[in-house]
Amino acid sequence: MIGNLDYATLQQIWWILASVVGSLFLFLTFVQGGQTLLWQIGRTEQEKSLVINSLGTKWELTFTTLVLFGGALFAAFPKFYAVSFGGAYWVWILILFTFIVQAVSYEYRKKPDNLLGSTVYELFLFINGSVGILLIGAAVGTFFTGSNFVVNEYNQVRWTHPLMGLEAAFSLFNLSLGLFLVFNARVLGAMYLVNNIDFKGVADFEARIRRSCLMNLLYALPFLLYVLVSLLVMDGFGFDSNGVVSMVPHKYLANLLAMPQVLGLLLAGLVLVIWGVVLTGLKSSDKGIWFGGLGTVLVGLAVFFLAGFNNTAFYPSKATADLQSSLTIYNASSTHYTLTVMTYVALVIPVVLAYVAWVWRQMNAKKLTTDDVTGNKAY
Amino acid sequence: MNQIDLNMVDWARAQFALTAMYHWIFVPLTLGLSFLCAFYESLYVRTGKEEWKKIAKFWMTLFGINFAIGIATGIILEFEFGTNWSNYSWMVGDIFGAPLAVEGIVAFFIEATFFAVMFFGWNRVSKGFHLFSTWMVAIGSNLSALWILVANSWMQYPVGMTFNPDTARFEMHNFWDVLFSPVAISKFTHTTSSSFIVGSLFVITISSWYLLKGRHTAMAKKSILVAAVFGLLSCLYAGMTGDESAYVNASTQPMKLAAYEGLYTGRTHADLVAIGVLKPGPVADDDPFIFSVKIPGLLSLLANRDSNGFVPGIKDLVYGNTGQNIMGVNAKMELGRMAIADLASYKNAKKAGDESQQAVSLKKFNANKDYLGYGYLAKAEDGIPPVQTTFYAFHIMVALGCLFTFFFLVFLFLGFKNSLERNRWLLKLGVISFFLGLLASQAGWIVAEVGRQPWVIQNFLPTHVGTSNISAGNVQATFFMFLVLFTLLLLAEVKIMLKQIKIGPEEV
Ligand code: HDD
Ligand code: HEM
Ligand code: HEM
Repeated sequence: MIGNLDYATLQQIWWILASVVGSLFLFLTFVQGGQTLLWQIGRTEQEKSLVINSLGTKWELTFTTLVLFGGALFAAFPKFYAVSFGGAYWVWILILFTFIVQAVSYEYRKKPDNLLGSTVYELFLFINGSVGILLIGAAVGTFFTGSNFVVNEYNQVRWTHPLMGLEAAFSLFNLSLGLFLVFNARVLGAMYLVNNIDFKGVADFEARIRRSCLMNLLYALPFLLYVLVSLLVMDGFGFDSNGVVSMVPHKYLANLLAMPQVLGLLLAGLVLVIWGVVLTGLKSSDKGIWFGGLGTVLVGLAVFFLAGFNNTAFYPSKATADLQSSLTIYNASSTHYTLTVMTYVALVIPVVLAYVAWVWRQMNAKKLTTDDVTGNKAY
Repeated sequence: MNQIDLNMVDWARAQFALTAMYHWIFVPLTLGLSFLCAFYESLYVRTGKEEWKKIAKFWMTLFGINFAIGIATGIILEFEFGTNWSNYSWMVGDIFGAPLAVEGIVAFFIEATFFAVMFFGWNRVSKGFHLFSTWMVAIGSNLSALWILVANSWMQYPVGMTFNPDTARFEMHNFWDVLFSPVAISKFTHTTSSSFIVGSLFVITISSWYLLKGRHTAMAKKSILVAAVFGLLSCLYAGMTGDESAYVNASTQPMKLAAYEGLYTGRTHADLVAIGVLKPGPVADDDPFIFSVKIPGLLSLLANRDSNGFVPGIKDLVYGNTGQNIMGVNAKMELGRMAIADLASYKNAKKAGDESQQAVSLKKFNANKDYLGYGYLAKAEDGIPPVQTTFYAFHIMVALGCLFTFFFLVFLFLGFKNSLERNRWLLKLGVISFFLGLLASQAGWIVAEVGRQPWVIQNFLPTHVGTSNISAGNVQATFFMFLVLFTLLLLAEVKIMLKQIKIGPEEV
């Protein structure tokens, strides 16, 4: 059945799937956001323990989603994987570094004899939540602003900027997207903590978290506005029916108008995030994370769809390098056969989502109490 | 093509070896200990005895410490194919990326989801569901091993694919061939079973130490019994699957087999070298050994399931052997160069729009395309992997495998007789046994990976063609970054482990 789908349809399906995984990752960065809030909202060791133990049951999900995002891009768009990782070398290496140090920190932070001391592990968590997410945002920003690479006829890539990818962080647009993601992660982190922790006896701790949810939305807004306005006015990388890439004026605005569903996703997403913040920051509800999370996923989808659909090159090479080296979902993908096989495999994704959700419910049915974090089974 | 920077190739290889071998310190322990935790917890749920719960929880604590660093070292490997081997990633990504993605979808999520229950769920979910989660962690880890090993096996024995001259890359045409290749099966079964040995040895190492110190003796003895049974069975299984691996090597990678057996001149009724010391430097005469103990005919039996079968040696494979109908690397290189030239003329004809020339070149190319990779070798001797390294690594692994079988038997026997404490020499051997297990396991990968040089994809892609087009300085810098960071994390892990072992199960 899937084998009968034509090649272009499969390529589009895989762009959607990759976008879904990427957007879920953005939602799950509530873990990273929470990590950067640690010192700010946790005044006592007990409060810090509550934060760490609450995030501690979820960090692997975020991490694994990032790994899957990489794996899915490798399988479905190997040319992107080769070009971007092999060229924008230092951005990716630094991102990976922040995730390597994150992976040990939860487990090792409070263990006796842990060599580095708990402050260093907390610093690792902070770096992961700030630098890591900022650079991921900058890397995603290059989907719109372009990079500096040339692909030859054997599909070998040559990066033409001496900073080898780090230059991505020196564009106002990329930087704004990165900072927006950092603050959005903090908004989500606060929402999640409110949802998961039982604040009996630590009421001012709760107030601090709720307040920081609101404040971080305010910090995020200027960057969000800058990104949105830039997207509406900037020129983009379009290609014609022969695959020839050119700069198209107001390309992303045109994409929004051509795909009203995407505009819908974007607006609905923004409204949901703001409603989540209202619930958490202004009202006393603990359900904000569900609105904020869903909203983030929708905004993420809109961003990825804007970059890849409607004859747009999703990983463009700047005109100063070589426009024609730009990657599109049609020239960067695996073969028809591989995409077919992978689509069959992707049929298990709903099962995965179902058991993840089910286990989440089981584990979060009871809120995390101060008693839970005093035993030595805690992080 | 771009100029190949050999310095970059060496640094990329060094970095892969470094990061993979660091990852592999923790992975076999995860694979083995996860099942042992599941066994201990099952005994608790079955018997309802609190002491089994305490045992299970103790080993889980150590498991968690190891698991975290296993994950930390894994993520870099996933992306290293892109950062350092981007040309490789494009050329084989159509096939190679799929198992990596499947691993993420079907295996890593099982691990990540149920690990949280295993560690934080004791008071949150039912007893039965907790046990289920512990089993899922074990199964998920081993499933992830399956998929990454399918990817690795495909590099050793590239099946289910064709070379597409238009895109200049390898494309998958049969997923089942990739998944069920004999190499994938032998690699998965041998890697997991040998990792179960490592997990069992870990339990024995720590329990032996407790017995030597006279602490937690009841718990130590119980742990040992379960580990010794599991270890013994795993040894038998690892021996069988190791033998199967060698048998598969005989047809898929005869050069690797010849290298790890130290066989220079092929023969019928070939002997197996049980213990041997190779002469240093290149081999001039027929006897490469300074000293050796041989078992007559066993190699032929092993490789061909027939003690009179012919096993080709390194020289036969490099220079050919017409009597046995073996084409040498030198002959294959010529065909490979023709294939490269025909591919270039096909591409030129295509650019020029010359369809008849295109068809002619394609036909000529197809005749020799199986030798494509050989065309990139500079001389026939480049087709030989480092023999000494491969040979010694193999012999260390097998010798230790035999030792472990015997070792588990003795522990089991004395454990049942309850006289372990009286055999202090054995307990001392027990304390170091885990490190011997790690050594055997690392040695196994050296056999598998060094033995396949100079190929990254056997017969198709020499290692030096696969790298990214970045300067060596970048890779050198990240090499040292990883070296420092991983070493720091390893030291932290060891210190934490030791402390938890000192604290022991009572307080956990
Ligand atoms: C035979 C088993 C095996 C082998 C050969 C490898 N790994 Fe591994 N890997 C595992 C078995 C494993 C595991 C048992 O599943 C780990 C180790 C400890 C752990 O926590 O999970 C893991 C963790 C792990 C992670 C983190 C997973 C997560 O999100 O939880 C990644 C990304 C990789 N590995 C990737 C790789 C790559 C790209 C390899 C190839 C070069 C590789 N591993 C070799
Ligand atoms: C975790 C267990 C593994 C260990 C200990 C290991 C060990 C090594 C070593 C020592 C090398 C360097 C060989 C040399 O340059 O002489 C190497 C290279 C390499 N291995 Fe592995 N390997 C492991 C698993 C894998 C897996 C699962 C894959 C693929 C899925 C893989 C792919 C590669 C690649 C691409 C190279 C670089 C090319 C080369 O130098 O041969 N390895 N590995
Ligand atoms: C007892 C006899 C054993 C035999 C005959 C044997 C045989 C082999 C062979 C032929 C290979 C190379 C496979 C290939 O490259 O395709 C191999 C690899 C390997 N061996 Fe062993 N082995 C034995 C014991 C052990 C033990 C005790 C351990 C570790 C505890 C171990 C761990 C490994 C590992 C990790 C690999 C690399 C993965 C693979 O290629 O399957 N082996 N073994």
